[in-house]
Amino acid sequence: MSLIPDDRLPELSERDFARYSRHLILPEVGLEGQQRLKAARVLIVGTGGLGAPLALYLAAAGVGTLGLVDFDVVETSNLQRQIIHSNRDLDRPKVASARDRILGINPEIKVIPHNVKLTRDNALEILGQYDLVADGTDNFPTRYLVNDACVLLGIPAVYGSIFQFEGQASVFYAKQGPCYRCLYPAPPPPGLVPSCGEGGVLGVLPGIIGSIQANEVLKLIVGADEKEGSSLIGRLLLFDAWNLKFRELALEKDPACPICGAQPTLTALTDYEEFCGLTRGAAEVPVETISALELKARLDRDEPLQLIDVREPHERAIFRFEGARAIPFGQLIRRKNEFDPALDAVFICKVGQRSIYAIRALRNAGYTGRMLNLKDGSNAWARDVDGKTGQY
Amino acid sequence: MSITLQIPTALRAFTERKPEVTVEGRTAGEAVAALADLYPDIRAHLFDEAGKLRPFINVYVGGKNVRNAGGLEAAIPEGETLTLVPAIAGGCAA
Repeated sequence: MSLIPDDRLPELSERDFARYSRHLILPEVGLEGQQRLKAARVLIVGTGGLGAPLALYLAAAGVGTLGLVDFDVVETSNLQRQIIHSNRDLDRPKVASARDRILGINPEIKVIPHNVKLTRDNALEILGQYDLVADGTDNFPTRYLVNDACVLLGIPAVYGSIFQFEGQASVFYAKQGPCYRCLYPAPPPPGLVPSCGEGGVLGVLPGIIGSIQANEVLKLIVGADEKEGSSLIGRLLLFDAWNLKFRELALEKDPACPICGAQPTLTALTDYEEFCGLTRGAAEVPVETISALELKARLDRDEPLQLIDVREPHERAIFRFEGARAIPFGQLIRRKNEFDPALDAVFICKVGQRSIYAIRALRNAGYTGRMLNLKDGSNAWARDVDGKTGQY
Repeated sequence: MSITLQIPTALRAFTERKPEVTVEGRTAGEAVAALADLYPDIRAHLFDEAGKLRPFINVYVGGKNVRNAGGLEAAIPEGETLTLVPAIAGGCAA
C-alpha cells in the first residue's frame, strides 16, 4: 500500500506532464503514482555520499517535498563521491549547496534545509514532518536515533550504509517488518570499526547504494507492493563492489526487540552517544596528548621515546613517519610485549582518533607504561613539522 | 568438514585481505572459532570478553541468520557458505 493516502493527491500541472512523461507512461507509476510522488514528503538524513544520489534522483523524480538534514560544510575530500556538491561550494553548508543543486534540477519541488545536528531533542519534531526517511548518515548514534524515531513515529527508514568496497541496503519499517535494532541490537564499541574518514571508501559505491535507496523510496511512495513489486522490507541487500557481487539475506523481526518487539522497553528516544559508548565515564582516565611541535622538540633533544604508528600499510605508503615502529591497530594487543613500559610511548595515526582507541585498548589489556597520543595525528606532523606534504 | 566463510570488507584487514577463508568445522560456531584461531587479531572483533559472539556481527548460513536457524550450535549442511555481516555505519558525510 502506498504511504500517501488518496485524500492528499494533488493535481499535476502542464509542466508536470511534460517533465514526468516517462513516469506517466509506466503503468506501475502512472498518473496516480506521480501524484503520490508530488504529495510525498521525504527526509534525507545526511547530504554526503548516500544523500547525494538520493537527493538528486528523488528531486528529478518529482518528490514534492525534500527535507535535508546535515550540519557539515563541504570539504575538498567530499568531492570524490558527494556528487551533489561542486568545487565552488567548498566551505558552504552542505544543505545550502544541495538545495541549490536540487532546485537547478527541478525548481518545481520544495526543499527544506535543516542545518542542524539531529539529536534526541529535535528528531521527533523534524522526522515527524515527513512520510518517510532515507538514512544516509555516517555514524552509529545517528543510525540508532533515526531508527528509533522512525519506529516511534510509525514511518519507514530506507537504510543504506557503506564501508570501503561494501554496501548494505534495506527498508526498516516496524509496522511491516524488522527494524535496525532487530538486525543489530548493539553497535560496535568506538574504534573497533574505522570510519570512512579512516578506512576509505570507493567513490562510486555510495552512488550505487544511494541509488538503490532512492529506488526503494519511490516504490514505497507509489505502492509497488500492490503492483507485483516488492520492497526491501525484511531483506538485507549486500553489495561487494570489488568483486561485483550482490547478495540478499533474509531479515526477521526480533520478538524481543527493545523498540519494535512485542513488549518494548524503549518507548522514548534515549542517549545515543552513551548507547554507542561515546560518552566517557567519570572513572575513565583521560588520554595524555602531545602536539606535533612538542614531539619534534623532544626528538630533537634525543629523548628516548617509542614511536608507534598504528596506521595500515597502505597509509604508511602515503606518508611514512620517520623513526616510528609500524604496528597496525589490529595487532596491538597481541604485540604489546614489544613495548618497553619504562619509556614514554607516542601513538600515531592519521587524525589522532584511532591512536586514542589504541591507548585505551592497551590500557585495558594491562599495559602499564606511559602512553601519549599525537594530537591530530600524522596530518598534524605533516602540516606543522614537515610542511604541507603528507596530509591525506 | 570444510566450511567457506565470506569475509566482509570491514574484517578483511584481519584475514590478509582475503574475501573468503575455508576452515574445518561442523557448526557455524566452530567455523567462526576456527577463523579466530587462524587469524587471532580478528577475535576481539567477533567475540566479547566472555567469548560470546558480539551483537553487531550477524552470521548467515544459506541466506538465513543463524539466530533464527538453530543458533551457532546447529550443524550446517556440507558445502554451505557462511557469511559474516557486521554493522557498518558509513554514509560518509565527512
